[in-house]
Amino acid sequence: MITTPIAAGDWLIVAPSLITMLGGALCLMLRKHTDLQPKLGITLLGALVLASFALLVRVLDHGVITMVMGNWLPPFGIAVTADTLGATLTFIGSVVAFCAGVFGMKTVSNSGRRYGFYPFLLLLMTGVCGSFLTADIFNLYVWFEVLLISSYGLLILGNDRIQLDGAVKYGVLNLVGTNLFLIATGLLYGIFGTLNMADIAIKVAELENPASGTLATVAALYFLAFAMKAAAFPVNFWLPASYHTPNIVVSAVFAGLLTKVGVYALIRIFVLILPASLGYMADIFGLVAIVTLMTGALGALAQTEIRRLLGYLVIAGIGSMLAGVAVASNSEVATLAISGAIFYAVHSIIVMTALYMSAGIMNMMGGSYNLRKLGGLYQKSIAFAGVFLILAFAVSGLPPFSGFWPKIMLVDAAFKDDRFWLGAAILVSGFLTTLAMGRIWIFAFWRGGPEGTPDGQSVEVSGSSQSDLASGAIWLPLGILTALVVYFGIQPEWMIELSTQGASSVVDPFGYIRSVFGEQG
Amino acid sequence: MTPAVIDDTTLYAVLAPFAAAVVAPFLTRLLKHNAAWPLALVPALIFLHFVGFIEPVSRGETFVAAKAWAPSYGINFSVYVDGLSTLFGLLISGIGTFIILYAGGYLKGHPQQGRFFSFLFMFMGAMLGLVLGNNLISLFIFWELTSITSFLLIGFDHLRAASRRAAIQALVVTGGGGLALLAGFILIISATGEIEMSVLLGSPDIIKDSGLYLPIFLLVLGGAFTKSAQFPFHFWLPNAMEAPTPVSAYLHSATMVKAGVYMLMRMHPLLGDTVLWTTVLPLFGGVTLLVGTILAVRQTDLKLMLAYTTVASLGLLVMLTGTSHEKALEGAVLYLLAHSLFKGALFMVAGTIDHEAGTRDVTKLGGLRKAMPVTFVAACLAALSMAGLPPFIGFIAKEVLYYGTWGWLELGLPITITAVVGNSLMLVIAAAVAIKPFFGPKVETPKHAHEGPVLLFAGPVVLALTGLFLAFIAHTTGILFVGPTLSSLLGTFTEVDLHLWPTKINAPLILSVITIGLGIFLFTQLDRLREIIASILKSIGWGPDQGFDQFVSGIVRFATWLTRLVQTGKMQTYMLLTFFFTALAVLLPGYLTNSFPAMPKLPEHRFYEWGILLIAVLGLFAILVARTRLTAIVSLGVQGFAVALIFMMFGAPDLSFTQFMVETLSVVILALVMTRLNLSPRDHRTVPARLLAGVVAVAVGLGLGLTLLSITQQPFDSTLSVFFTEFSRSIAHGRNIVNVILVDFRGFDTLGEIAVVVLAGLCVLALIRVRTKPDTVLDPPPERTGQSQNAEAR
Repeated sequence: MITTPIAAGDWLIVAPSLITMLGGALCLMLRKHTDLQPKLGITLLGALVLASFALLVRVLDHGVITMVMGNWLPPFGIAVTADTLGATLTFIGSVVAFCAGVFGMKTVSNSGRRYGFYPFLLLLMTGVCGSFLTADIFNLYVWFEVLLISSYGLLILGNDRIQLDGAVKYGVLNLVGTNLFLIATGLLYGIFGTLNMADIAIKVAELENPASGTLATVAALYFLAFAMKAAAFPVNFWLPASYHTPNIVVSAVFAGLLTKVGVYALIRIFVLILPASLGYMADIFGLVAIVTLMTGALGALAQTEIRRLLGYLVIAGIGSMLAGVAVASNSEVATLAISGAIFYAVHSIIVMTALYMSAGIMNMMGGSYNLRKLGGLYQKSIAFAGVFLILAFAVSGLPPFSGFWPKIMLVDAAFKDDRFWLGAAILVSGFLTTLAMGRIWIFAFWRGGPEGTPDGQSVEVSGSSQSDLASGAIWLPLGILTALVVYFGIQPEWMIELSTQGASSVVDPFGYIRSVFGEQG
Repeated sequence: MTPAVIDDTTLYAVLAPFAAAVVAPFLTRLLKHNAAWPLALVPALIFLHFVGFIEPVSRGETFVAAKAWAPSYGINFSVYVDGLSTLFGLLISGIGTFIILYAGGYLKGHPQQGRFFSFLFMFMGAMLGLVLGNNLISLFIFWELTSITSFLLIGFDHLRAASRRAAIQALVVTGGGGLALLAGFILIISATGEIEMSVLLGSPDIIKDSGLYLPIFLLVLGGAFTKSAQFPFHFWLPNAMEAPTPVSAYLHSATMVKAGVYMLMRMHPLLGDTVLWTTVLPLFGGVTLLVGTILAVRQTDLKLMLAYTTVASLGLLVMLTGTSHEKALEGAVLYLLAHSLFKGALFMVAGTIDHEAGTRDVTKLGGLRKAMPVTFVAACLAALSMAGLPPFIGFIAKEVLYYGTWGWLELGLPITITAVVGNSLMLVIAAAVAIKPFFGPKVETPKHAHEGPVLLFAGPVVLALTGLFLAFIAHTTGILFVGPTLSSLLGTFTEVDLHLWPTKINAPLILSVITIGLGIFLFTQLDRLREIIASILKSIGWGPDQGFDQFVSGIVRFATWLTRLVQTGKMQTYMLLTFFFTALAVLLPGYLTNSFPAMPKLPEHRFYEWGILLIAVLGLFAILVARTRLTAIVSLGVQGFAVALIFMMFGAPDLSFTQFMVETLSVVILALVMTRLNLSPRDHRTVPARLLAGVVAVAVGLGLGLTLLSITQQPFDSTLSVFFTEFSRSIAHGRNIVNVILVDFRGFDTLGEIAVVVLAGLCVLALIRVRTKPDTVLDPPPERTGQSQNAEAR
């Protein structure tokens, strides 16, 4: 029993949830003061970044830390536990949300502010951070719901017909996924009589027959539910149906965060709690990873609409992370594989958000999201062209940017596990991604103007909102994210260390369990 | 011999060009094209740094330097200095110095000259990092950087579609090969546990013994062949001539395209001298040599003629490397040195002619020797070396390589014949490049031709003279450059004795004479030859270049087809598939483990209990067969009410109450929504579609039911419920356990759920208040064609 009062520093565990939830409520109360909304929202998101950074530092200093809600000790109450995996993703997620908050100053209209852009964004982060930090599987479901409903709110801001069409598909399909999650959790509770992840992990480890039919069904349901959330093929329909419809900053946040929460849940559930199930499902994970990698990259090649193209790249990235989870079934390379997946998740969160923001800027500069209508951006802004090129190479996994390191870690792990096809799929998908990004570059940037511009000439293209381009609110977030992409590419050591530590906290759950149950566990 | 550790200066030498790349645009803004002078100091100093290595390396010493980069993953930024890397380092920095000067003159006044310098320097740094790379991963990073910078440089003239196409083509081909190389490297690391090249070279059989030799060999070859433009990947290199001439001279003849050859030479101790090696490499190299020279003859554009002979020379180098025969390898090293010098010079000459005369089509040029005397001399010197005539380094190279191929026992004869034919055609091109523009009557050119500035002729003159000079000091060249490099290829210290003049009449000399004679004969027949080749190519009518376009458009078409197939845009399909996979998830594990639950013993139910159960089942059945949507909704409600009644009868009144509420509200709301939607009241699906949907639905239900059944048949761990029952009154001070769970034990969940309700309310508010905008997007604009299904959400 924990009888000592909670260390002051450990309150940081709930700080992300508290800041965003209370802040969201505050923003909601002041929603009619549309000029106040961005200031308040961005301040709160800035506080979130600071709190989550402090949390990360604390976890790195003190190891896994736990706080129990209402002091109902586990397994009875709800434990919130920050390990390096959760804390890292919380921090990176917060940075991305902050950047989106700033970017949204320019792209979200007054009506969007009035109808809750900042409250929705803040509560989205409640869901995201809550998911990354909770140690209770039902509580995880609750945060998934918060995340889903607030993302739904963001999706419909603006109320275009096309948005509503996308929102219906997004909403219904995600609801099915969330329900499967709930059903699986109910069944899991029926088997083990507990909801605490550490407690379940202990009980699963003690099982005589971890491959029993009922547990296998539960594992299959979890896999399906989180695969839907992560937009893995073949249950990824909702993503291409919806990501190109909302305000560009909303697409940016979604592309960065939503699917990664699904991947995070897969890692948490299958590596920490159900490693035996992962053992016999590894081939399915691997197969799903391969087809997700390929359909994602090929889907991107088929698009001429930049936002759709990027949506498919989000999916391809999910394939890479799933590949890491598949390989993690082999305990010898599990740490390498999961650290590759974590690094990839961090990379993908940053780079996809930045790419969607870039797409928004391309629209502001060139007046369209369509490659046939874009052109001449290279002459318009060499700095922006440079940023885009960096992001394009990063998302293709080319050095020396952030996508390269996780790629080699994942391929390395796959080869060491003798899953050569999986490693090859990661590389081929990267190759196709290069081709897809190369098309954007040569059409939107290098070509002198829209399709049909005479060879060797350039024409003046008019953007949709040139005036916004003068604003720092557009360039600061993109600059921060690009700087991170470059930093993680050129100085990968910090992130490799974080992801390795994060991976070992799920691959070897001893520290996690001990933190939840106190010293006597 | 273990390499000696040296200080970090060499590491900084690799990074220096990157620093220069940052400075270059600013300096160019300040000094205009004259910025070339101070900028050229950077490669010049690097050159001097490498000069310092010549002497110790020629004694067989090797050096390493390293800095930790990502130590958690075993990655260092490290360099390995031996004969091979010293030779390449000298070539890159030495030629680089003159390329920078040349670029200063060539792009004089170009608004983006600073950017051009920047790209060139980035390439230079990448290339240095590549040839010096010791850590396989950091070596690969530089390898990819050369592809990336090459992409930017080929597409420098970005407004032209041809440049853009060439750039993306080069990126796809070399980038794709790069991935193969990466896979090969990772396999090497996995198979051997070593990541530093110098360590691998210390145990030469480590890969051959690993059992993964074949995949590693193929993957490394994939990287090397694409980079060094071997047939059938040769097509990107001539297209890359779209780049400004300094780029062609530097990247696409003297340095980058040799990276593949470098990789093969570097890996020779590890991968070479196997049956596979000595079969595959000579074959592809030989074909590339012949294809390259034949295609070169057809061209009339100076740059393209040179480009195809570059392809041919790379083929020759690969062919020679593929023999694993000491003398042939020596020939390869010499030819590599010679080629970098004469080809770099000739490209710059071609660029100068283009720059000053306004065209580089040989049929439109002539008699320039008076107008451009210095360029003329440089061209002649370089061309003589290319033709393999004495007293030039090219001659020595040819002698040695003939000696090697003639003496190679396995496939000596076919290789030698290939080399002779290739070399004589090379002579034809050399003659054409040097003679056609400069001799004969003066031809009127688009620009009034005159000698270029010193920035333009410094490079060709120095490089051509170096070719002459190195031949005169042949013996020293052998000791300082060829021997050490050959030692790297062979993995053992080897000394080389070179002479400019043959000491006796032997096979190589006779072969040389044949080559020259054949070359001169073919040169006199050049125009006819050109026609013949052109007509042959026309009758073939297809080449890898078109193949590339077909490949890319094929992928895109396939991708489009696949995407349309899976992303239909129909919600019904999405839902059906989702539930199909759900059915799999709930049924398959039980089936595979053969663990479906036993049929439970039916308890003694009262008749009304059976009746209610029957109503629930009937409700479900009614949904499946319902003709109208409203009937289906109401039937679902019937089933829900029946379940609520069951809850009530079995002691869960609060649950039952909730269920009643939910069922009532959902039926009412759904029915109301139906009245507002313009849906037809009837379900229009075909019978098979409905049957399929019904089967999937029943399967999901059945699977979940079975799973639930088997879980309830196991003993339940009731620690939690016991705890809650016991303590909700005594500690939590509440009588209603459910309420205590909601607000205390699991209050944190409830907090989240409250947030959900608030957010849902806000969503509804936004949906109601914000007017739906008119159908600006859905209503298709007139230009909407088959391609633009973009407007609809799919």
